[in-house]
This record gives sequence, C-alpha cells and structure tokens, in this order.
Amino acid sequence: MAAKLRQPGWYRATWMVILGIAITFGLSIGLRAAFGLDPVYDGTAILTIGLLMVPFFFLGGIGCFDYWLRWARGKQVTDDHSDHGATSWKDYFKVNTDHKVIGIQYICVSFFFMFVGGLMAMLIRAELAAPGRQFVDPNTYNGVFSVHATLLIFLFVIPVFAGIANYVIPLMIGAPDMAFPRLNALSFWMLPVAGVMMLLSFFAPGGSFASGWTAYAPLSTSAPTGQLFFTIAVQFAGASSIATALNFLVTIITMRAPGMTFFRMPLLVWANFATSLLVVIATPFIAASQFMVLLDRALGFNFFNVAKGGDILMYQHIFWFYSHPAVYIMMLPGFGIVSEILANRSRKPIFGYRMMAFSLLAIVLLGFTVWAHHMFVSGMADWIRIPMMITTAIIAIPTGIKIFSWLGTMWRGVLKLDTPMLWSLGFITMFTIGGISGVMLAMVPLDIHVSDTYFIVAHIHYVLFGGSLFTIFAGIYYWFPKMTGHMYNEKLGKLHFWITFVAFNITFAPMHLIGVQGMPRRVADYAQEFATWNIIISLASFALGLSTLIFLYNMIVSWRSGPTAVSNPWRALTVEWQVSSPPPIFNFDSIPSIVGGPYEYGVPGAVHAVFKEPEPAAAVPAGVGASMASAGDGGDSGDEPDGEDRA
Amino acid sequence: MTESSNRGGPTGKEWAVLIALMIVSSAILIAIFLLIDWFPVAGSNVSNEIDTFWDVLLIVSIPVFVIVTGVLLFSVWRWRQRPGEEELDGPPIHGNAKLEVIWTAIPTVIIAALCAYAAVLLLDIQAAPAKGTRVVNVTGVQFAWSFETNEGGKKIKSNRLVVPVGEPVTFKVRSRDVIHDFWVPQWRLKVDAVPGITTSYSLTPTRTGTFDVVCAELCGLGHAYMRQNVTVLSKEKYAAWVARQGRAAAPAAGGDEGAGLSAKELFVAGNPSVGATACGTCHVLSAAGTKGNTGPNLNEVISPSESKAAIRETIVNPNAQVTKGYAKGIMPANYGQVLSAREIDELVNYIYDDVQGKG
Repeated sequence: MAAKLRQPGWYRATWMVILGIAITFGLSIGLRAAFGLDPVYDGTAILTIGLLMVPFFFLGGIGCFDYWLRWARGKQVTDDHSDHGATSWKDYFKVNTDHKVIGIQYICVSFFFMFVGGLMAMLIRAELAAPGRQFVDPNTYNGVFSVHATLLIFLFVIPVFAGIANYVIPLMIGAPDMAFPRLNALSFWMLPVAGVMMLLSFFAPGGSFASGWTAYAPLSTSAPTGQLFFTIAVQFAGASSIATALNFLVTIITMRAPGMTFFRMPLLVWANFATSLLVVIATPFIAASQFMVLLDRALGFNFFNVAKGGDILMYQHIFWFYSHPAVYIMMLPGFGIVSEILANRSRKPIFGYRMMAFSLLAIVLLGFTVWAHHMFVSGMADWIRIPMMITTAIIAIPTGIKIFSWLGTMWRGVLKLDTPMLWSLGFITMFTIGGISGVMLAMVPLDIHVSDTYFIVAHIHYVLFGGSLFTIFAGIYYWFPKMTGHMYNEKLGKLHFWITFVAFNITFAPMHLIGVQGMPRRVADYAQEFATWNIIISLASFALGLSTLIFLYNMIVSWRSGPTAVSNPWRALTVEWQVSSPPPIFNFDSIPSIVGGPYEYGVPGAVHAVFKEPEPAAAVPAGVGASMASAGDGGDSGDEPDGEDRA
Repeated sequence: MTESSNRGGPTGKEWAVLIALMIVSSAILIAIFLLIDWFPVAGSNVSNEIDTFWDVLLIVSIPVFVIVTGVLLFSVWRWRQRPGEEELDGPPIHGNAKLEVIWTAIPTVIIAALCAYAAVLLLDIQAAPAKGTRVVNVTGVQFAWSFETNEGGKKIKSNRLVVPVGEPVTFKVRSRDVIHDFWVPQWRLKVDAVPGITTSYSLTPTRTGTFDVVCAELCGLGHAYMRQNVTVLSKEKYAAWVARQGRAAAPAAGGDEGAGLSAKELFVAGNPSVGATACGTCHVLSAAGTKGNTGPNLNEVISPSESKAAIRETIVNPNAQVTKGYAKGIMPANYGQVLSAREIDELVNYIYDDVQGKG
C-alpha cells in the first residue's frame, strides 16, 4: 500500500489533491491573517487559489511531472518506455506516453463530455418546448446553455480532433511517436481537469457560470462565484491545446519519414499543421482575456470597470481574436478527415491537391483578419464594419475551392457509400448551408438584424454540428478498425447517420426562420408566436439526442466483439494502413520511405510508401522509439530526417 | 483498368438532364423561399431595404446550394460502387487548372457584388442624421429599459418608448451596469448598450402600432424577460401624449397607464411592458403558488415578525442585504423605479399577509 501511495497513479493523485486543498486553505487563511484582512476565512479567495493550484497537485499525483522532476533533481532517468503502450483497459487510466494510447484517451474523454454536453442540450430543448417556465429557473437555464457551449467547444470538438490527429498523424508521416511524448501526456491530462472543473461549477453558490461561453465583461466580472470555474478551466483547456499544437508542429516539421515532402503529405496532416498554427498564435489571446477577468474579480484590476477607466469593448476584441480563429480550429481538421475519406471512398486522387493545401493556409491567414464581424452591433467604430465584412466574405473563396474540389474528387469515381462516406457527404451538404448562412451573416445590414438571434444559433450548429461533428463521426468510423483492431457494424453506422441527418435538419433548419422573425438567443422564455416551431424543434432534438446512443452502442459492442480488422480494410495508400491494426507499439518495425503522393488511386502500380527490411546494423524497433522519446535533444535533423538519424 | 460502359463521364443527355434539374429545382426553391414570411412587419424606413437585400441573398445562395447538392447526388447516382466493382478504381484525374480558375473566379465576382451592395446599403443605414433630429436617450439596466426625450423643453422620462410615425429619430443608447442590446425587430436595427460609451442609430418609424423592445445581448438572470413596448403614434396622438405627460400626477413611470395590475398578478407574471420581472419566477410564495428556486423561499426566509418596511426594503433595494447562500446582483434592482408606489405597497401587503399566515 505504501508503495502504491508513492507511485504515480490514482492513489497518489488522491492524497495529493487532499494535500493541495489543505495547503490552499492554509495559504489563504494564513496570508489573510498575516495581512490583517477581515474576514480571515473568505470562501471566494480559497476557491480562487484552489482552482488554480489543486489541478497541479492532481497532475503531479497522477504522474505527469515525475520524469522532469527526477531529471531536474539530477537523478538518473531511464528511457525504458515502461510507460509506453497499453496492455489492458486499466492502462488507459494512467499517464502514458504512447501517442496511440493518448489518442484514444483524448477521444474517449472528449466523447464523455459530448454526451454530458448533449444531455444539457436536451435540457435546454425541454425548457424551450413551450413558452414560460418548464423545468429550470432562468439562472439554471443560463448556466446550462453556457456550460453546454463551453463543454462542446473546449472539451469536445477541439480535443477530439486533437485526439484523432494524435493517433493518426505520427502513423501517417511514418514517425514512431509524437516529438514530445511526455508533453503529449500532460496535454491530455489537463483536459479532464478542465472538464471536471466546468461541471463542478454547478455546485458553486449562485449556480454555474451563466454568462455564455463568450463570458462578456462586465457580466462575467460581476457574476457569482461560478464564473471562476469558467475563467480558470479555460486556462487549462487552452494550455492543453497550445502544448498539443506545438507538439504537432514539431512532429510534422521534423519527423516525417524519408521522402515525405510537404506536398506528399496527406491532407489530414496539412489540416492539422494549419490548425496548429492557428492554435499556437490565437489561443494565448483567450488566455489573456480570461486572466484579465480573473484579475478583475480577484484583485480589483479594473480592466473592465468603466468607473475606473476600464474598457468594455477591449474584452470582445481580445476574446474574438482567439474565438474567431477557433471556429477554424474546429473545422480545418474536419476538412482533413473528409479529404482522406473522399479520396479513398471515391477511389480517385484528391482533385487539385495543391490548391487544397494552399486554401488551408489561406484560411489560416484570413482567419486572423475577421474577428470583429462578431462585433457589428457591439458599438465599436462604424468604419471597421465594411473592411471586416469584406475579409469575412473572402474566406468563402478558399472554402468554396475546397467544396468544389471534393465534388471534383467524387466526379467519375467509384463511390462506396458506407458509413464514413455517408457522414462525409452529409458534411458537404450541411457545411455548404452553414457556409452560405455565414456569408449572409458577413453582410452587415443583415447581420445587424439577425445577430444574437436564433439565426446565429442555426448557423453555428450547421457549422459545428453539421460541419465539425459530422466529420468527427466520419473520422471515428473510418479509423475505428485501425484504432481498435475490430470492424464496426455497418448497418448501425448507416442507421446512425440517417436518423442524425434527418433529425439534425428538423432541429436546426427552422431556427433560421424564427431567428429572422425575431426570437433572440439565450432566453429561457419567448413570445407566444414562436411556440409552434419550438415544440417541433424540441421533439426533433430529442430524436437527435437518441441517435447518438446508436453510435455509443455500436462503438462499445464492436470494440468488444466486432469482427477482427485486417491491416488495410479500405485498400488505402496512406501509411497508417500499411501497418497492423492496431499498429505495433512503436508503430513501425521498419521506417517507411515515401515514394509518391498519398492518393494515387487508379494509377497503375502506384504506392505511397515502401517498407525496407531493417538492416542488421540498424537499431531494433525499441531503440528507435527510445531516442524518439527524448527527441528534445535531437534537433540536428534537417528538413528530411531519415531513419538513421533517429536511431 | 477496365472501364465498364457506364463508368465514363456523363453523356450529353445526362448533362442536359442534370442542368435542367438544377435550374428547375433552384427556381422552385427560390419561389418557396421567397414566399416564406421571414420578417416581422416592416416598421421603419430601412426595413424594406433590408428585406429586399435578404431576398437577393436568397436568390444568389439557393443556386449555390443546388449546384453542390446536385453534383453530389448526381455523382452518387451515376458512379456509386455496384456489385462486382469492389476492386475497381476511378480514373486518376489530379485536377484541372481551367476548372479551378473558374470556381475561384465566379465566387469572387459574386462575393464582390454582394459586398458592394451591402456596403452601399450600410452607408445609407448609418448616414448621419440631419441636424435637429429628435433624440431619445435609451438606458439599459438589469433588466429594464428607460427612455428619456425632450419635447420643446419638456423632459419626458418613461419606461414606455413612445415615438411619432414618419419623423426621424436618433436613439442614444447607454447602459448603467452590463451590456444590453436595444432591438425592435420590426425596425431591423439593433445596437449594444455598452457601459461607459454611448452608441446610437437613427431611423424613421413608418408604421404605427405597438411592438416589442427586446434585449438581444445576454445580460444576466432576467435577460429573457427584458422585454418592453414601443408605441408608434400618429403625429396628432403623439402631440397629445406629450401634452399629457406634464399633467400626469406620478412621474414614476408605469404609473401613467395600465396601473390596474393586482399584487398577485404582479407576483406571478410581472409586468413586462414596464420591465418588471415576475417575483414568482425566482421565489416561492404559497399564496401565489409559485415554485421558483433561484431566490430564497419567501415563506421560509421572511419571519412573521418582519415589518412591512423591511419587506419593502428588500424589494426596492435588494442588494443591501442578501440572504446567506444567495449572491448579490441577481435580483433586479429596478422595482422601485418601474412600479408605482401603490403597486409596491400592495405587493408588500400581499407578501406580509402570506407570511403572517393570513394569505
């Protein structure tokens, strides 16, 4: 038992969290007493310190810092990779440095929060089924929709893409792992911390944070204590995503297999490269905005206190400078997934591959020039509106190139209409609607009328549900055999798609109409004239909610007892399908060489990667992984590192 | 690569059918979408312009959607994998520079045209009002609006917005606490009420009647209930309303009209037209039968020995003393302003009687 308490894991995490809480109380009470502050015991002060500090005790206890701390103390560190790979389900509950394990940890935790956030959506729709009050009071209602959005953005869409990429990208580029496996593990473990913190906010006095996921000041600086949980949880989610993005950038730039030039990379790799650039540049801005709120609340900095010279609009500018790029953070990886699936399921090369890659970079660049289109009615200077309208509308052009190129990819292909393909096709049509309503919203005269109405709610759900979530489902089904070694049930997959597709449209399409008619968003109650549409929307949304249970059932049953998957059930060319399902612990018994493009379907005899038998002198596979794990000091590899360099 | 006869490009006849179907379905969809009654009635000089702009956006957008969906469905119908084709690959087409230039150029032209249209329309909407335009000062506070205007040297303050039809008016919008948003859907314009700055827009009401003033920016607990009225009167009736304002005995707003709400009605439903949120939304009171639990249960928290003055104080000045376990700043602090003295008296008596057990 004593040994268990010392080893990294849940026992140590438990007592360290308790220790952290005790230190929090001691620190707060001690300091307040020392400075003669009255009262000595202040709940909000304790909570603020605790939310900032206790997560580090948890992360330390679970074992995220062990290696670094040992190294820092000058002790012997071993690279024996005893913490690599998973042999039983219990290993998924431990700190693990294997990108495949971390990928699955990411995906499962993200989907857990999707179901929690989805249940909140059901509660929202139950409340809105009729005008007046049904189930929750207005304060709880505001809390529920705020937590719904926050969970699904920060704990689902962003991390689930990071999870899929975590699993697939090292395999796709022929790398044995991510560049920084321990940082990768830390990135993952910060997520449940952020998610649990957001859920705990419901137990705060005054209810959970209720100022929306946008947390506009001064509503957020004057809100009850629950707001703190948002302010601080976002820091952990944000730090997690920045660290992961750095990891992706370094991995993609330095660890591609020999022959994998940038223009031989699969588009999923391009998409995550673009996304990671966005994350690294933009995410510090939301961190800043929330630190400012925290400093206002905890220490009276008055960033957003008008009476003391604060500036309200500044919050929105900083917030949207992250949160607009964030919608591309939530969409570009999906573009990558759909490109993989469409090429494979159409048995044709991607139409206009280079333009597909360049349009991703164009979206990254343009994505930073449009943030104030969220602020057309915010009271900012009028002149900003037309330039921001133009840049916003221009984004439709690279996005259009992508949609047309996908259609070009399908044209004259041999289209296999299985589950991943159905989700991808559903994505193209639904995302087109979301894109069209996006261009409409860019047009200032219309936006003035519809901003903060249900038209916006419809638009973002067409983009994030019909867009992002459809691609997430597509990707999960597509790589399920690779990740689990089992095939999913095709019939249930198709059923899941069709119910979701129909229910999704009945749920969200009418919201365009009631928005234009004048129903504001974020309201627990509404005028009688909107009652008919709202009951229809609510009923459809329940069907939409239930359809995810088919997915859950399919995933669990197939994972446990689905038919065994061969290494390449899709006859795909990309590298991840050339190794066993699931792949060996260090991915490759021999490092692949890339000899052609990733989508040369239909070209006779074309291959993307060839595997050479390892030469006798070359490192054994474990050795390859061993030096990779300490890749931090292996910075001598150039543009095209080869296997020898790393061995 | 053996290509079976039906796997080539579309035949001339198929092209014709595909294009015809896309044109016909675009036309049908445009007709349906234009027939839908999208907007609330047009109430200002800019309403019709914005509604027309919306129609143009629909006419441009629908063919885009139809082309994408049409090509997608055609491909699925024409080239889906049929039994025996499991091992077949498509032709290795890597791209087509001409096509790519076309589908970059056409959207660019459409986008440029729409932006130009929108910019002209916007410049018209935000044109500076003529000198001497009537100004209404709009102030948002959690969770009510108040309106102030100056008619021939007479200051009129009210919780009901009243404006004359056919005369331009500029709204200068301010907030005293958090961000609100001043929106009348029939007028199509909205702007945030931001603490510390004054925002504004100008328009000319073109239709008489009573419409909702809606707060469109999440402003806290009572956001959904921050709904009041605007009444657009003919010029004669407006002049009469202005004249009446001086004579009204109680300058406290809400007192001028419709003061007939009983305490129970106020407690259960509030008075949205003046911005008074219903007490029962958040509080339990057995006499009213309300079950709200955002705020404390009044039957439990008010002891029978409590004085009427103390109860009145908790209504008009709710943040002075807050029940343990509940946060400050949640209960609207505007009852003292939006309800008449008589209404508050009745409300106090109503609550007092109930906690005494006389309810």
